[in-house]
Amino acid sequence: MSSLILRAATRLLVSLMLVFSLYMLLRGHNDPGGGFIGGLIASIGFALYAIAHGTGAARRALRVDPPAIALIGVGVALLSGLAAVLAGEAPFTGQWWFLGAGPEDKGLPLSTVLLFDIGVYLVVVGSVLSLVLALEEEG
Amino acid sequence: MRVGGRAGGGWLYALPPAALALVFAACLPAIANGEVIRLAVDWVPSLGIGLSLLIDGLSLTFALLISGIGAVIALYASGYLAGHPQLGRFMLTLLLFMLSMLGLVLADNLITLFVFWELTTLTSYFLIGFDHASAKARRAALQALLLTGAGGLALLAGFILLGSAAGSLELSEILALGPALQEHPLHLAILLLILLGAFTKSAQIPFHFWLPNAMAAPTPVSAYLHSATMVKAGVYLLARLHPAFGGSEAWIWSLTLIGAATALLSAVMALRQSDLKLTLAYTTVMALGTLTMFLGAEAPIAVAAAITFLIVHSFYKAALFMVVGILDKQTGSRDVERLGGLAKAMPVTAAVAAAAAFSMAGFPPFLGFIGKELKYEGALAIASEPVLVAGTAVLANALIVAVAGIVALRPFYGRPGETPKAPREAGPRLWLGPLCLAALGLLFGLAPASIADTLVQPAVAAVLGRPATVELALWHGINLPLALSILTFALGVACYLGHRALRNRLVALEARLPASADGVWDGLLEGLKRLAAAQTALLQSGLLRRYMLIVFATTALALGASLIAGEALRLPAEWPGPSLKHWAVTALIAAGAIMAALARTRLIAVCALGVVGVGIALVYVMFGAPDVAITQLLVETLVVVLLAVIMLRLPQFEAGPEPRGRRWDALLSIAVGTAVSAVLLAVLAAPLDRRVTAYFEESSVPEAFGRNIVNVILVDFRALDTFGEVAVVAVAAVGAVALLLGGRRSQGSGERP
Repeated sequence: MSSLILRAATRLLVSLMLVFSLYMLLRGHNDPGGGFIGGLIASIGFALYAIAHGTGAARRALRVDPPAIALIGVGVALLSGLAAVLAGEAPFTGQWWFLGAGPEDKGLPLSTVLLFDIGVYLVVVGSVLSLVLALEEEG
Repeated sequence: MRVGGRAGGGWLYALPPAALALVFAACLPAIANGEVIRLAVDWVPSLGIGLSLLIDGLSLTFALLISGIGAVIALYASGYLAGHPQLGRFMLTLLLFMLSMLGLVLADNLITLFVFWELTTLTSYFLIGFDHASAKARRAALQALLLTGAGGLALLAGFILLGSAAGSLELSEILALGPALQEHPLHLAILLLILLGAFTKSAQIPFHFWLPNAMAAPTPVSAYLHSATMVKAGVYLLARLHPAFGGSEAWIWSLTLIGAATALLSAVMALRQSDLKLTLAYTTVMALGTLTMFLGAEAPIAVAAAITFLIVHSFYKAALFMVVGILDKQTGSRDVERLGGLAKAMPVTAAVAAAAAFSMAGFPPFLGFIGKELKYEGALAIASEPVLVAGTAVLANALIVAVAGIVALRPFYGRPGETPKAPREAGPRLWLGPLCLAALGLLFGLAPASIADTLVQPAVAAVLGRPATVELALWHGINLPLALSILTFALGVACYLGHRALRNRLVALEARLPASADGVWDGLLEGLKRLAAAQTALLQSGLLRRYMLIVFATTALALGASLIAGEALRLPAEWPGPSLKHWAVTALIAAGAIMAALARTRLIAVCALGVVGVGIALVYVMFGAPDVAITQLLVETLVVVLLAVIMLRLPQFEAGPEPRGRRWDALLSIAVGTAVSAVLLAVLAAPLDRRVTAYFEESSVPEAFGRNIVNVILVDFRALDTFGEVAVVAVAAVGAVALLLGGRRSQGSGERP
């Protein structure tokens, strides 16, 4: 599909979708969103890119092989779960750090829970794109 | 360090079993005093499974036989297989087998015992199939594995039932309950399952045929597995469970009848064979039948007969198997018709064979004589059916006397036979082991008291579950057992003299039998394969439509049937008044569904399904689940993308289901939809338990610092579940890609870019 309009529009759309997917990923803990939804948005973005520019270009843009992304995601999620074990708690217990917290200010909340969500995000992106790209290349 | 092989250091393999035998021998004094040694390590404490070991008279007798004969066999095998390129593999498997067997007889926990039981099955599979280039060996190994494995499954079921009936998995606690267990409603089921396991392992009729087939194994294996050890695992189990199960009608009759039938039939079969190894194999089955028959009894003297015969049999049978192995190796044949006059060339082997055969035939002053006298005494002491047991014992023993003559006299005396190789005496590594065993048979026969107090008496006490006094003596005076002994010899000698004619009669008879056990087995296996093929062809059609049909039909049936059977069909008491927008969305979804069912092209069908999906997303929005709604919309989008990618490559839509098939599809869809709706309505009819919801609402912010409860549940409260799910997603994706690539490679259209 070599439509000029599609290619030009995709360039804009895909970057917007990727930024939006990160936004959905990060806000998920308090508002609708999260790793799963973010991952779906990102993979639709890449799928669109693959349709407009071809799977080779999409693979180059991804830099990493999609199945590898999925497995890295599983690894990230596992590591975030094991962090609690180091702290002496049951696996997958959320660990929280509030950077620069003061009496009035909660500070910047960082947590293994976020890391876990990032793992989910990567799994979804990797898995969906593995299928989409492989299907598109088939035949 | 490389042990064995051509260097000739293979005898070192005999050291570990010998060391173990010494350790067990060190336990003898304590056990003779009536002590019981118990070691326990927790294994799976939550399930009550412990790695507990129990050494009492019974397990010590077995352990000594296993490790002692194991050492002898290892020495013999190092000579028998000297220079074999896979001697190391053989020895490893043999030692593993020995350890599994020791674990089996020492285990004090049902599950531990079962694990070791299965390990003996597995290791014996490798041993029987050691010569894996031979189709015969592979078949025999598989047959033994399947048959004893199936018995093992029955045994596991029996053990689990037994554990729940007795309230403990520890054998010592179960046996302490004694016959009280026989009042339990499940008693008969437990007994039958356990007997199935024991009878398959110990080759009782009708499961006897695997053992002679297993003679495809190298002779050291036959000598070990099929004389001293594995096949006795079933006998061990019967003896071990005797205190709990012994004495019931079912126990007495099943053991006595099956044991007697096995003993008689296999003694006849032994006479029919001309291959010495097969002859011995059938006498092993006969011994197992005899042991089973005597373990059916309650009388201490009968149990003492079983234990003594167990020891006697292990000695002479292992020795004779090894003798046959020597004959096979030194002359190239083990067909009795081709062997003769070997005593001159192989004097030591001839002497060993004679000593072992005398014990087998039960001549004084060998231990076998004591064993036989005890058998007769024990048979006569059995209250319920002395004539049957004694008659069987006399007949079977007479045939065994004849077999002993065939094995120990025929090859060594008389006219020299025509053998493929010129016979010459074997090396000491081959004859030393059997010599020791044969010598022990004589030694214990001359001084029976040496094993009476230390081994037999504690073992009998363990089998009966109460103290017992056992006296072994060569001379019992002139009594009925002695008369039966003389009768046995007379019959046996007559059989020996006429064994050729007898064999010819038996061969002719066998040819006229309508079916052999082996044939039935093959038929069963063939039937199983055909059943598997038929059901695979039925269920695994390879058509996606067919698979989906099965999945959805099963869902509808299972849901509908359980709703009706559980009388759970009810409607909510009050219906919320639906507003206009609810009606509008419902109409949208219904219109989409109808359109999808009527669509003439794939594009229309996809669009119609998209309408349904979006309608459902709207429902989620209306009822306050924005996360789910977003996900639903995104998945719908993704489906469109995927379909856009593959649309052009799919087969013609119109060529697919014909109108009649469509009607059925529509009916099935309605059925599934109705069933799911009925379930949802029934759920709504029950009062909603809000405790979990309330918990998450309360603790989401203070404990997990998040206001989006759905996401907090996903990534924090139930993070382990989510982790499992994403792992499955990733693995599924990798698998699907592999399938797609594999399909492409097999079509030969290039590598992936």
